[in-house]
Amino acid sequence: MIDALPLAVTLPLIGAFAVTVSPLHARGLGLMAAVLTVASALSVTATVWSDGVLRADLGGWGVPLGIALEADGLSAAFLAMANTVALAVSVYAGGYFKQESARHFWPLWLLLWSALNGLFLAADLFNLYVTLELLGLSAAALGAITGTREAVAANLRYLLVGLLGSMSYLLGVSLVYAAYGVLDIGLVAEAIEPGPIAWTAMTLMIGGLILKAALFPMHFWLPPAHANAPAPVSAALSALVVKAAFYLALRLWLDVFAPVLNEAAANLLGILGAAAVVWGSWRALRAERLKLLAAYSTVAQMGYLFIAFPLLAATPPGLARDNLLAAVVLLALTHGFAKAGFFLAAGMVQKTAGHDRIDDLGGAAQALPAATFAIGLAGVALIGLPPSGTFLAKWVMLEQAMILGLWWWLVVMMVGTLLAAAYIFRVLSRAFNREPTPYRFVNDARTELPALLLGLIATFGLGIAAQPLWVLLEQGAFG
Amino acid sequence: MTDQVLYAQLLYGGSGIILVLLGLWSFLVHAALLRKLIAINLMGAGVFHILVAIAYRGIDTPPDPVPHALVLTGIVVAVSATALALAFGKRLDQVDD
Repeated sequence: MIDALPLAVTLPLIGAFAVTVSPLHARGLGLMAAVLTVASALSVTATVWSDGVLRADLGGWGVPLGIALEADGLSAAFLAMANTVALAVSVYAGGYFKQESARHFWPLWLLLWSALNGLFLAADLFNLYVTLELLGLSAAALGAITGTREAVAANLRYLLVGLLGSMSYLLGVSLVYAAYGVLDIGLVAEAIEPGPIAWTAMTLMIGGLILKAALFPMHFWLPPAHANAPAPVSAALSALVVKAAFYLALRLWLDVFAPVLNEAAANLLGILGAAAVVWGSWRALRAERLKLLAAYSTVAQMGYLFIAFPLLAATPPGLARDNLLAAVVLLALTHGFAKAGFFLAAGMVQKTAGHDRIDDLGGAAQALPAATFAIGLAGVALIGLPPSGTFLAKWVMLEQAMILGLWWWLVVMMVGTLLAAAYIFRVLSRAFNREPTPYRFVNDARTELPALLLGLIATFGLGIAAQPLWVLLEQGAFG
Repeated sequence: MTDQVLYAQLLYGGSGIILVLLGLWSFLVHAALLRKLIAINLMGAGVFHILVAIAYRGIDTPPDPVPHALVLTGIVVAVSATALALAFGKRLDQVDD
């Protein structure tokens, strides 16, 4: 089964050539390439599941000269999610793009897919740079596929920011090579030792990836780029492309720079993540268009992922840390599915209503029960209600933050969850053709504030400050 | 490593770092697309400079081929990215007219 590893990268690449050569059959050929790619990627994941780490040295050239592909648990998990989502996007795009636009969509989409699988499977730092650039180029081109002024301007900005990010990453790679003379992730991890070079390289590489992952305050390019793309492209950009940059940052953090890490760097990432959660959720709540809401929600959800870094850094190795890592990956995967579903359903709503202004949607979504239900389901996962993966992941993260005594991350995650509920219900309420909500928040303070306070105590007061109850109950008269 | 190799590496590597910083500064302060593109290419040239300096191992020893391969790949990537950005810029100009 060793062959499935290069196949996951080459099949979409071959598909991209095929649809370029024969644009008349773009849809059929593209869907065929999509199915084959998913099959090979899922077989990689299945093999890693049963047999452990997979590695392929291309052309029989071993390290340090050759370029290797490698799949471990982390990459297999992201690979499975990305390819399942990509298949759904492909099927959707098969009906969405007709003739002229299909001719432009399929080659770029398959190139993007190839770069994505390459990024999850590459085992050396330079190859990762190449896949990162291919991903950025094809993503920017896809985002601008409609050719409208807004889309082109937004994606030009995305392209330039992405170039700056990969330049910073490449500088880091060249520092690593200058210091240690190797590029294979495993060999670099063995050679690396704390010092100014390793520190600078880490800052440059992770700094570059933060730009590409749209972490606050580097998120400015994301909302216009994702909101102006056609629905299937938005789904792929929001669910997969930013997630790939996060995957790489996590991979570098865990496997390459583990000996160099310190708490200050982790806390900085966490603080930026926290700011992203609050700011992204707030902007999503205030967004006027459905797709802009989804794009800002992505900014917020990326923030949660970076809050995991200080928690990971503060947790000693062991079961708790493994659980935490699994929770972070679960959060990333759930968001991948949820946000792709949200964007695809939003695209359907936009196509039917002719626009995606949330305030004017009233009833338009009522005609599309399935799309509305999909938005609702994706919303459950974005908020983190049970039984979604987000619920489980947030639960583990909150529990670990409490055990570590880092309560401030707890506050941020709860504020983000509350805001997420607010922006999701804002969309869902429109779906039922209700009157617009009153402008004023509090209309009759005397009756409403007590009710609000009771609600707040029930949700937050008793949830967070329940410990006194335990102390109180210890005062038993008969014990 | 002889002094001569070290000096050469410092000279070329150091000028590479200066190029990167100049490019970064220019990228951040200028708004015009062409200037930004030239700046990002300048940064790229700086990084390639550093990589070429790393490859140098003295007059008598053949240079390390790996950084050379990286520079070649990097140039291809930079050209493609520049081309795409120029195509976007052209499209924006056409829409404006």
